[in-house]
Amino acid sequence: MQLIFEKSRDGRRAIALDELDVPKADFPSELQRETPAALPEVSEFDVVRHFTELSNRNFGLDSHFYPLGSCTMKYNPKIAEVTAAMPGFSSLHPHLITSESTWNQCQGALEVIHTLEEVLGEISGMQEVSLQPIAGAHGELAGTLLIAAYHRDKGNHKTKIVVPDSAHGTNPASASIAGYEVVEVPSDKDGTIHLDEFRKVMDDDVAGIMLTCPNTHGLFESDIMEIAEVAHKHDALLYYDGANLNAIMGECRPGDLGFDVMHFNLHKTFATPHGMGGPGSGPVGVGERLVPFLPGPRVMKNGESFHLETPEKSIGRMAPFFGNFGMAVRALTYIQHLGNKGLKEVSEKAVLNANYIHARLKGAYKSAFNGRFMHECIFDASPQAQKGANAFDIAKSLLDYGFHAPTVYFPLTVPESIMIEPTETESKETIDAFCDAMLEIAEQIEKDAASLKNNPVSTPVGRLDEVKAAKELNCSM
Amino acid sequence: MFPENLKYTVEHEWVAVNGDTCTVGITAFAAEQLGDITYVELPETGLAGSQGDDAATVESVKAASDVYLPIGGTVFEINEALEEKPELVNESPFDDGWFFKLENVTSSDLDSLMDADAYAAFVKEQDH
Amino acid sequence: MSWVPTTSQDEEEMLKTIGVTRMEDLFDSIPDAIRLKSWDIPEGISEMAVKANMQALSGKNQLHSLSFLGGGYYDHYIPAAVDALSLRSEFYTAYTPYQPECAQGTLQSIYEYQSAICRLTNMEFANASLYEGGTAVFEAAAMALRINRKRNKIVCHPSMNPTYRKMLDAHTANLDIEIVDGDDPTDAACVIVQNPAFDGSLEDFTELGKQCHEAGTLLVVSFYPISLGLVKTPGEMGADIAIAEGQCLGIPLAFGGPYLGILATLKKHVRKMPGRIAGATNDAKGRRGFVLTLQAREQHIRRTKAMSNICSNQALCALRALIYLSLLGKEGLLEVAEHCHSKAEYLKSKLTFGTIVNTKPTFNEFVVRLPRPAAEVVAALSAEGIQAGLPLNDWKTGDTGDLMIAVTEKHTRDDLDRFAALLESVSCS
Repeated sequence: MQLIFEKSRDGRRAIALDELDVPKADFPSELQRETPAALPEVSEFDVVRHFTELSNRNFGLDSHFYPLGSCTMKYNPKIAEVTAAMPGFSSLHPHLITSESTWNQCQGALEVIHTLEEVLGEISGMQEVSLQPIAGAHGELAGTLLIAAYHRDKGNHKTKIVVPDSAHGTNPASASIAGYEVVEVPSDKDGTIHLDEFRKVMDDDVAGIMLTCPNTHGLFESDIMEIAEVAHKHDALLYYDGANLNAIMGECRPGDLGFDVMHFNLHKTFATPHGMGGPGSGPVGVGERLVPFLPGPRVMKNGESFHLETPEKSIGRMAPFFGNFGMAVRALTYIQHLGNKGLKEVSEKAVLNANYIHARLKGAYKSAFNGRFMHECIFDASPQAQKGANAFDIAKSLLDYGFHAPTVYFPLTVPESIMIEPTETESKETIDAFCDAMLEIAEQIEKDAASLKNNPVSTPVGRLDEVKAAKELNCSM
Repeated sequence: MFPENLKYTVEHEWVAVNGDTCTVGITAFAAEQLGDITYVELPETGLAGSQGDDAATVESVKAASDVYLPIGGTVFEINEALEEKPELVNESPFDDGWFFKLENVTSSDLDSLMDADAYAAFVKEQDH
Repeated sequence: MSWVPTTSQDEEEMLKTIGVTRMEDLFDSIPDAIRLKSWDIPEGISEMAVKANMQALSGKNQLHSLSFLGGGYYDHYIPAAVDALSLRSEFYTAYTPYQPECAQGTLQSIYEYQSAICRLTNMEFANASLYEGGTAVFEAAAMALRINRKRNKIVCHPSMNPTYRKMLDAHTANLDIEIVDGDDPTDAACVIVQNPAFDGSLEDFTELGKQCHEAGTLLVVSFYPISLGLVKTPGEMGADIAIAEGQCLGIPLAFGGPYLGILATLKKHVRKMPGRIAGATNDAKGRRGFVLTLQAREQHIRRTKAMSNICSNQALCALRALIYLSLLGKEGLLEVAEHCHSKAEYLKSKLTFGTIVNTKPTFNEFVVRLPRPAAEVVAALSAEGIQAGLPLNDWKTGDTGDLMIAVTEKHTRDDLDRFAALLESVSCS
């Protein structure tokens, strides 16, 4: 398929303006670019055909089951697109918050922000929430900066953040940017954090511990109360990575578990669309200790109206305004429709679906851990790999069945990891079809593992040469 | 299995002693673990450091690894061929795929390195 | 009703297959002591009721018939095809292209976006997007520090958007680096300039770029994408890194986000660039395809030593920008830029009752000093349905009478005449 640039023809054009109705002003030549930007010259229909064809080369969630572990690919409700597009939201200029005199012109938007922050706080048991962080990793950075601000305010000089070896890469990456040294704690063979090893690394030099619960192995960290106790004894703060929140809504709350700070992923738990990799949204929630340090300005309610205030010890601005507001509108839409019972049902059914998949597949695939999986289950395809077809091959084969592959090779703690997260929005029929496909693939591996090596065969392209891409670095035309 | 005349580190670097100078590279085991190597970032000549300091980076499609100074010394020559042909590290890790050469070495650091047998045993342990 | 399709029959069958009797058994790994007792969340309401609720909230925001608000975010015309195409669910419900064979739509559009940005800026490599313009400043500074490892100073030119300047402080609070305001490249990892400046002024930073390079310092140029229809590009000025807020490229104002962080660089720096990058390659049958490349730099592989912690980006917004730039094309972008510039110059000519503060040429945004406090003028004109611009005094720069006005191609001559007349009558009353 051609690139849009390859379809370019001199003189073609899609959009033109009306004739200039004011005198054409001179533009100083010394400030001007030499030649016009070599953008495509195509008709509108060319553009429409081109991107329509491109879209047909994509598996989207709306057309394909997408059981990516750790990504929570749940259905994106269309009503959320409608509310986000309401002109009062989508055409609103953010600088209305800049001058106090114009706060009265964006009260509806401020109410959306305040309401969402409040309900996220209630869902998580956190005291206050800020919508500023623009993605989950950005929320993690905000969280670690909050931890740092807390310690600096107390006069503590702590240099370390503890993460489990199963942690998502953004955890240590964020902690590094916040200036911390990262100390890894191994998981025990059950897949939860190794309590003794954890105790060993805990000292007064640890500023915080970043955990997720259930963890990236899909297992609930049952020792969490003890971990919290040890942490707080050393005045270390406990950070909750909200990526797996879909497993526990209505069952327990990070705030009640002893977490001091967390981030949410609105594009996971709260159904905002993934958009090929973004935009996401990563609000940060805090317990009482960290409230004074929240990013500002914050939306405050006074009677029926909303105004802005910056906390006295605020870490400053993580975003120019309130983060990805458009995603906040969608998330609030989602939460309002589900309500208290619906949110609890989300987690129940997410956990049910993942356990059902596990039950159906555990005969043919080796379970990575023996504990109770929650919203995702993990298999270790090492036995299959030994027969000649590994997790990679299994993933590619699933594409030919019309399923997006689960997450493979994450977490790094499981060798041939296949992590499956169906979410609660999939029907039993879809899940059964997926399991049938996985079982057929397992059988095929027994019969003739080598036959998987050419998969996928039904997609527009087959396996691509990644080494060539890295060496040639052809990243633009 | 691994060249007898070399010394090895736990980070999978090898050292060849040539009189007053040493040549450093990464082992076949390391190269295999990384997969097809797509890029090597070599140190600048003149870089001086101690055992364990960051020296180079080696990248493949699926991983990036740091290469450390196996012994204290100063880099006086780098293998510029790796710029165009990083695959030399996979093809000939102990020979044409060398990374850099050190002078003013801290010879005593060599004592803490493994010989070929010890390294082979070490690798065996890693691999399961 | 929710979006869960599982019936009670399904549930029964599934629990049986799993080998438990009750749903609660699936949560037995959660200790009783920490189970939720109750929470205070409202009951769910129907889609119809949600829509009404949100409509009411949307209605509590004032939209103006005419707006001159800018300050980094601009009300340009978004062609209908941008929405129509980017709302195709194969795009917006897809995820990161970890399985490239079924994500060629995503990957090719990223490659085309990267190409469009390089052509726009005269730079050599662009990434697949960052969050927005302010975090892009931080990422560029961090990138410069990785490239210039022996230095720990960042210089911020006074042209920089003050909010971005504050964000830089917040993000670097715990790093051992020095941030100074000024333009002296000595011993700095980079100098970050913005063109047009926050107040709209244009400058040629080529000379500063030369000084930077002589001092072993990188030049980072923060640009305004629409202005590059006319204005000298970061590449032409000798920039090492070019960054921008891409909202003006077909992305709604949306009260602050989602927006688009743009970052582009030169080949010699590409390995230190944060974010995802798509690269071209082939499959075994020789068919061209695209993959994420240089992933070894990123957090999921490099972890603590990653170039950035970025994971999710603004991919869908990058698609919008690509579609927008394709619809405008070479001629169209020049035309939009010319309209913006000429209309702004025309408006300036009608504001003789005030003083234009900018001493340098401007693109589409400028500051006028009014004989009356700008905040009052803004409030008065708001009652007429006109958003007059940004009172600069809120930024602690400039006079209380300073009003920053942005003009786009959407403003007709009549709009501008009407605005000028109202501004005059309100300011001089």
